Amino acid sequence: MSATAQSDSAVRVEGLCKSYVKDGSPALSDLSFEVGKGELFGLIGPDGAGKTTLIRILTTLLLADRGTASVQGLDVVKDFRSIRRLVGYMPGRFSLYQDLSVAENLAFFATVFGTTVEANYHLVADIYQQLEPFRDRLAGKLSGGMKQKLALCCALIHAPSVLFLDEPTTGVDPVSRKDFWGMLGRLRDSGITILVSTPYMDEAARCDRIALLQHGKIIAMDSLAAMLASHATETFAVRGERPFAILQDLRAYPGTRYCFAFGQEHHLVLHHDAGGPAAASAYLRERGHGEVGIRRIEPNIEDVFIGLMHEQSKELRGQAASELGHE
Amino acid sequence: MRNLIYILQKEFLLIFRDRTILRLIFIMPVMQLLLIPLAADYEVKHISIAVVDQDHSSESQRLVQKVGASNYFRIVATPADYAEATRLVEAGRTDLILTIPPHFSRVLATTGHASLQLAADAVNGVRAGLGTTYALAMVREFQSELHPSPKLAGGGVPLIEVTTASWYNPHVYYPAFMVPGLLAVLVTMVGAFLSSLNIVQEKEAGTIEQINVTPIRKYEFVLGKLIPFWVLGLLSITIGMVVAKLAFGLWPAGSFLTIYVFAALYLVGVLGIGLFISTLTDTQQQATLLSFFIMMIFVLLSGLYTPIESMPRWAQHIAAFNPPSYFVEVIRGVYIKGSTLRDLLPTLIRLAGFALVFNTLAVWSYRKRSS
Repeated sequence: MSATAQSDSAVRVEGLCKSYVKDGSPALSDLSFEVGKGELFGLIGPDGAGKTTLIRILTTLLLADRGTASVQGLDVVKDFRSIRRLVGYMPGRFSLYQDLSVAENLAFFATVFGTTVEANYHLVADIYQQLEPFRDRLAGKLSGGMKQKLALCCALIHAPSVLFLDEPTTGVDPVSRKDFWGMLGRLRDSGITILVSTPYMDEAARCDRIALLQHGKIIAMDSLAAMLASHATETFAVRGERPFAILQDLRAYPGTRYCFAFGQEHHLVLHHDAGGPAAASAYLRERGHGEVGIRRIEPNIEDVFIGLMHEQSKELRGQAASELGHE
Repeated sequence: MRNLIYILQKEFLLIFRDRTILRLIFIMPVMQLLLIPLAADYEVKHISIAVVDQDHSSESQRLVQKVGASNYFRIVATPADYAEATRLVEAGRTDLILTIPPHFSRVLATTGHASLQLAADAVNGVRAGLGTTYALAMVREFQSELHPSPKLAGGGVPLIEVTTASWYNPHVYYPAFMVPGLLAVLVTMVGAFLSSLNIVQEKEAGTIEQINVTPIRKYEFVLGKLIPFWVLGLLSITIGMVVAKLAFGLWPAGSFLTIYVFAALYLVGVLGIGLFISTLTDTQQQATLLSFFIMMIFVLLSGLYTPIESMPRWAQHIAAFNPPSYFVEVIRGVYIKGSTLRDLLPTLIRLAGFALVFNTLAVWSYRKRSS
């Protein structure tokens, strides 16, 4: 999918720059992208990639150093007041009143937007039903997954047209995460534009389009399928007795473009002229790693991301594997 | 403005749900008012005194009896000589030594002049100073008893008798003086420090992030924070006045209107201080430490314990910029003297000035830090 026309974009970012420290590395450097109306857009990147900074600028909480950004055609600096009525925001950290009950939190956020829970109940009904049994429980006493659901309800109760979610699934159990993405899908279907950030690559599959963010730059942006198709290189999974020694040897192997740990295995990408997996296998045997299994695999989003980062800078190679969450 | 009502609802709900704050607001006034006036009594009683009577005359016996009978002194020992008495001082068993030298009464009778020696353990300056003063007063009294009338004493030096009168507080009842001052400190604590902690709490919990993306305006948020503490401040001074009546029988000589007008205005000022503290800090811990530091200065320079007039000149200049010192003065004035709004008008204007300055500072700092 290519860039959407201006009138269709819910979020539009052009040349956005932000640095927190003078002369330090920028949190965002010359960032440009668009999110179409009704799109479920994923910002994927490791911690410190600039996801939160970007979302805070778009939700009018932070001013950019340079560049412009608009939400629903409204400028984030000039029209911040109108934007605040249009967007829903769920910060990365649970930020509702812990000493107010579930129902009181929801009612409070409805009233400050000049509406009522009843008027917009249909928007949250699906999610709120699960919270209903705990409606009189203090928000601080809810479980992690329930807190996320309440936060989503509170961000939705004023019927926003754009929803910004900053790492909504971080620290939430796998079942609740799956649930949560199901809800986001249904919200998107009801016409709400959603921009969601996550450090989890596997969640990319749930988004219409994703942007891979690294060091304040977008290194790739497309639908998952298109991204996999265009960036996929021949990838091998290597499995053996002493994983750590194998990883080190593979990284030292001249035929290796890059190699990183992926669960129990290592994912390996070779140079074109390296003689393929047979040569790598022979090299490992030579290094004394008896039984080593090498098989070709379909690269996943993480392979694509690491490949792209590798292209960007060789130094990032070691760092990336350790920074990326892969649950 | 309609938002403000919802915010206030939420704030009061949260405050009433916070047991610690409620306890602070209700128990703090009671404890402070009950404990401090009783403990912090300047009147030093039961000063221990050792009497070295080397005269053993009827006059010296009378003097010793007089000292022993007074409320101020407690004769702890009657050592035989001065050296023994100094050992008692070293052991910390006595504060004062009164030495009546040999032939005291004979010398007094023959020449009309005799000396006594008074030595004090000045480690505790207050006890030493007051003890000496009381002892001197007692000796003077003793002297006048020996010569009931200067005329009859024939050739004696006429004595000048000084009668003292304590106006407004005739019995120099210390709680009457301390309690109104404590009321002022109480209002300061609630207004400046509980409010700043409450605002910082929102920062710490991240709830301010969520508030910032709503259409709630900054002034609504700030007013929503300050109004409840303004109300709580007035509530705490009310509780304080009830406690003062029940425990000490103190009731303002002036009108409640004067007290509430001043309290309401003073609270606006200290709430500004609270807001200012909250803009300087990010965690409740920082806010607590900063508050503690400011509170120390406030209390020490408020004239609550030490009269401002007896401070060095430079400290008096600082105290002139210390809002609690005015409020302490006002509450004492209304309670003890029955000062009226008209009497206190200059102070009212000064407090209004403080309120304006601190709130301007707070709003300026709040804007600057949350661009």
